[in-house]
This record gives sequence, structure tokens and C-alpha cells, in this order.
Amino acid sequence: MRFGTEIVALGLFAFVALVAAGFGVDEPFRQHMWVLLIVLLGFIAILLRNTSFAATAPVDPSAYMDGPIRYGAIATMFWGVVGMLVGVVIALQLAYPDLNVEPWLNFGRLRPLHTSGVVFAFGGNALLCTSLYVVQRTCRARLFGGDLAWFVFWGYQLFIVMAATGYLLGITESREYAEPEWYVDIWLTIVWVAYLILFLGTILKRKEPHIYVANWFYLSFIVTIAMLHVINNLSIPVSFLGSKSYSAFSGVQDALTQWWYGHNAVGFFLTAGFLGMMYYFVPKQANRPVYSYRLSIIHFWALIFLYIWAGPHHLHYTALPDWAQTLGMAFSIMLWMPSWGGMINGLMTLSGAWDKLRTDPIIRMMVMAVAFYGMSTFEGPMMSIKTVNSLSHYTDWTIGHVHSGALGWVGMISFGAIYYMVPKLWNRERLYSLRLVTWHFWLATLGIVVYAAVMWVSGIMQGLMWREYDEQGFLVYSFAETVAAMHPYYIMRAIGGAMYLSGALIMAWNIAMTILGYQREEEPMPGSIPALRPARSGARKWA
Amino acid sequence: MDYNLMREFADSWGLLAMALFFVGCVAFALRPGGRRQADEAARIPLKDD
Repeated sequence: MRFGTEIVALGLFAFVALVAAGFGVDEPFRQHMWVLLIVLLGFIAILLRNTSFAATAPVDPSAYMDGPIRYGAIATMFWGVVGMLVGVVIALQLAYPDLNVEPWLNFGRLRPLHTSGVVFAFGGNALLCTSLYVVQRTCRARLFGGDLAWFVFWGYQLFIVMAATGYLLGITESREYAEPEWYVDIWLTIVWVAYLILFLGTILKRKEPHIYVANWFYLSFIVTIAMLHVINNLSIPVSFLGSKSYSAFSGVQDALTQWWYGHNAVGFFLTAGFLGMMYYFVPKQANRPVYSYRLSIIHFWALIFLYIWAGPHHLHYTALPDWAQTLGMAFSIMLWMPSWGGMINGLMTLSGAWDKLRTDPIIRMMVMAVAFYGMSTFEGPMMSIKTVNSLSHYTDWTIGHVHSGALGWVGMISFGAIYYMVPKLWNRERLYSLRLVTWHFWLATLGIVVYAAVMWVSGIMQGLMWREYDEQGFLVYSFAETVAAMHPYYIMRAIGGAMYLSGALIMAWNIAMTILGYQREEEPMPGSIPALRPARSGARKWA
Repeated sequence: MDYNLMREFADSWGLLAMALFFVGCVAFALRPGGRRQADEAARIPLKDD
């Protein structure tokens, strides 16, 4: 029977959720378990409707397994729109506090929903589906472990739903980017280990002797996130039927563990994983090999060795020992080198094909992503310098920096990868519309520029107002005055974010129409018809 | 095994071992004759669909 084991296992799991909903010791936990029960019953209903007793056709072991990747591409798009929408909502909440709807939709609960939504739901699904796409095609092997990929995909979606609903119910560990409570953390650990087995198993059964560099980046992302997640979430639950737990660490050790995790979530989730994406999809879209493969290997090792030490720069001027702060700063500055090496490698992959920037909006998107990678990895080390940090920390400058990296680098490279993958995954000749990709590109780019520029101005203003003393040594501004001064910037930031969101909505439409098999009648991109282009004698040829 | 012992190990032998491993990785990537293999590896994504 198809899905027989799955249905029974889910039924038992649902029963456990029901028991926990009945015996839970605190109200949010009981509510959360009802949510879990409903989600699991939904899963069971879908499986029951799709089950059959007919013998299933044997799978072709040489064909790639693209089902979970198709679902992953759709999930990426869906969570991307949700996460960005919540981002615009909380930006407006900051500008207009009346929009805080108590208790479920106030800023404190929606903010982690936004960060986890875009980082783990949008970015995580993008990494999940592209990593499975890339590993099969560069290893020339079908995914390892049969239906394991489906477990990883749906298990990860369950994690996202449980994390998101937990935040809205007020369940949180209060650790930035690691807010889910202990039981959701345990579930993610199980899913993540399955992901590691799936990825590593596929690499082990590869037919290509060499492991392509993109897989190294993806693998380092999976392994490091496993380590970070487990150690940062070491905690003791108050009750096995309750939603509250306490960290195994205390005081400054706890803070350092958190920021060791937090910064490496940036380094290995938002950087290493997406560099894997860059090293596959930029060469594919440009149809030429990466500029220097040896540089990519050095990029990999340098990034791995340096990133892991940079976390203490989040704790400048705190109780953390001075030497540790300086260590974090020094390693952050050294990160300039691999980051820029990688950026140059990505950009120079286009050398000899720069004309594609004019004709191919997907390449344009990828190049913009790599440019933002370079820009935000320049800004980050600069901000980690203690004297700069004394002005920038706790201000909106940090928010602007994070968004130039997240919207510019992570978002744009993911969009580029999805635009590349979707027509291939659904066997479409091309996207529904390239013109709409251009619209998306400009809305997203201008949105980021508005967002980042506004946050620079407001952040530096905020930092300067906080440290303004009069001649008698008194602070000139009260905190509330600095908040009031930021109101116009908050509105402009919301506009920048809304532009970025509208670009993502255009993409969702474009992707949906592509999947449904439509092609928009439109003028081709200027210069994109090679037959009409005059021969260029001076064009540089790739050796 | 207390904190100080671990710390001392980390910033002496641990540091040396990691630095040597890193230098070894870079040297291996840049070894003579590595270029041809690297160029081949760079073409892996382009060989497939």
C-alpha cells in the first residue's frame, strides 16, 4: 500500500500531539500542540486521499529525483512572499505603532516571524531545493535514500509552521534567529540529520570522480548548521509537557554561544550555502565555467577557517573579555579577503560575456547579487571595527547592513536560481515572461537602494543622537526624541521594502504562469536575437 | 582538563595545526599541474543538461 507506513507513523505522531495538547502544563504549549495536531491531521488526510493499493512503478535509478525540488521551488516562492509581507507589516508597525494588534500580531511576535520567515523558510527552502538540484547534476547521481528527500522537505515545512505559530502564540527562547523552543529544536535536529544523510549519501554514490566546489559549500553549510543549532540550543525544559526551557549556559558564556551561532548563521546559512548556489547557477546561466576553479577552492577553505571566529564582534563593549572582542574583530576584518576573492570569482565568470548583462535579466539579477555580496562583506568587516561599532551598534545601520546582504545577496541569487531552475524542472521552453523578470529586477534593486540608504542615514543619526553630550556632560537627547526623529525614515524604509515585495509578487506570478505552461507574447529583449546582431570583430573569445 | 588548559592548547598546538592545514589546502590547490585538473573540474556543471 502506498504511503502505508507514513500514514501509520503520522497517526501515532498525531496521537502524541493530542496527548500533549491535553496534558500540557501551560496554555501556549497546549495551543501549540493543537496546531501540531491539526497540521498532522491535514498531512494524513492528503496521504489518505492519494493512497492506492496498485503496485507502484519501479523508479528509474539513473533518473534524477526532481519531485521534492519542484515542491521546494514553490515553497521558496510562497514563504518568500509571506516573509517579505510580514517584513513590510513590521516596518509599518514601527512607523505607526497603532498597527500593533495585541497579543498575536504585535511587533515583538511578528519580528521573529519575519526573520525566520525570510531566513529559514524562504532562504532555507531555496537552499534545500537548489542543493538537491545541484548535487544530483554535479555528481550525476540520483538522490540517496529513496523517499528520504520527501521526509526532509515536509519535515522542514513542519518545522517552519511550528516555529511560526509558536512565535505568534508567544513561545520563544529569545535567542536571535534561534527563537523556537526546545521541542521544535529537537524536530529540526532530526530533519537536519536526515538532510545531511541525504546530501552526503548522494555525494558518496556519485559517478563524477571530483566533488564540484558548489557541493563543498553546500555540505559545509549543512554540517556547520547542524553543529551550531545543536550547541546553541542546549537547554533544559522546565517540563516535558511545557513550552519553557532554560539555556545550559549562563551570563556571558550564553551570550557568546548565541552570537557564535548567530554570526555563523549568517556565515554558513546565508553565505556558504548561497555561494554554493552562485558557483553552480552563475556558470550555468552564463554558460561558461567559473573564472578560476582554484580560487574557488581557496575561497572555500579561507571562508571556513575565518568565519567561525567572527561572532564576538556582536558583543563589543560588553562583559565579554577584551581579547575575545578583539579576536572577533580581527577575524572579521580578515574575512574581507575570501569574500572579495569569491565576489571577483563570481563576477569574472562573466568575462567575455558581459553583453549578456544587456540581454539576459536573470544574469543581471545574479550579477547584482554578487555585487551586493561584495558590498555587504565590505561593510560588515568595517562595522566590526570597535570604534565604528561604537557608533553603529544597536542602531538602524545594522538593520540596513543586514538587509543589503539579505535582500541584495541572498534574495537576488535565490531569485536568479529559481528563474533558472523552474523552466528546466517543469520542461518548459522558457519562462512565462522575461520582461517581468526585468520589472522584478528593477523593483528589487531600487527597493534595496531605498532601504539601505535610508537606514544608513537614520542609523548614523540615531547613533550620533545617542552619544551627544552637552558641555556639562549631560545627554542632549532623550531616547524618545531619537525615536521621534526616525519616523520619516521608518516610512521611507517601508516603501523600499514594499518595492522589494512587489518585485517578489511579480516573480510569483511569472513562476506560476511558467509552471502552468503559459508563454507571454512579448517583444524579445533588445539584442537577444543573435541572428540580427552584427558580427563583432573585437569580441573577446573565451579560451 | 579545565578551561585554561584547553585555552592554552587552542592557541598553541590547535592554532598551529589549523594554520598548517589551511596552508596545505592552499598549496594543494596551487600545486604545479593542478591547473589542468581544476579546469576540468570547472566544466562539471556544463557537461549536464
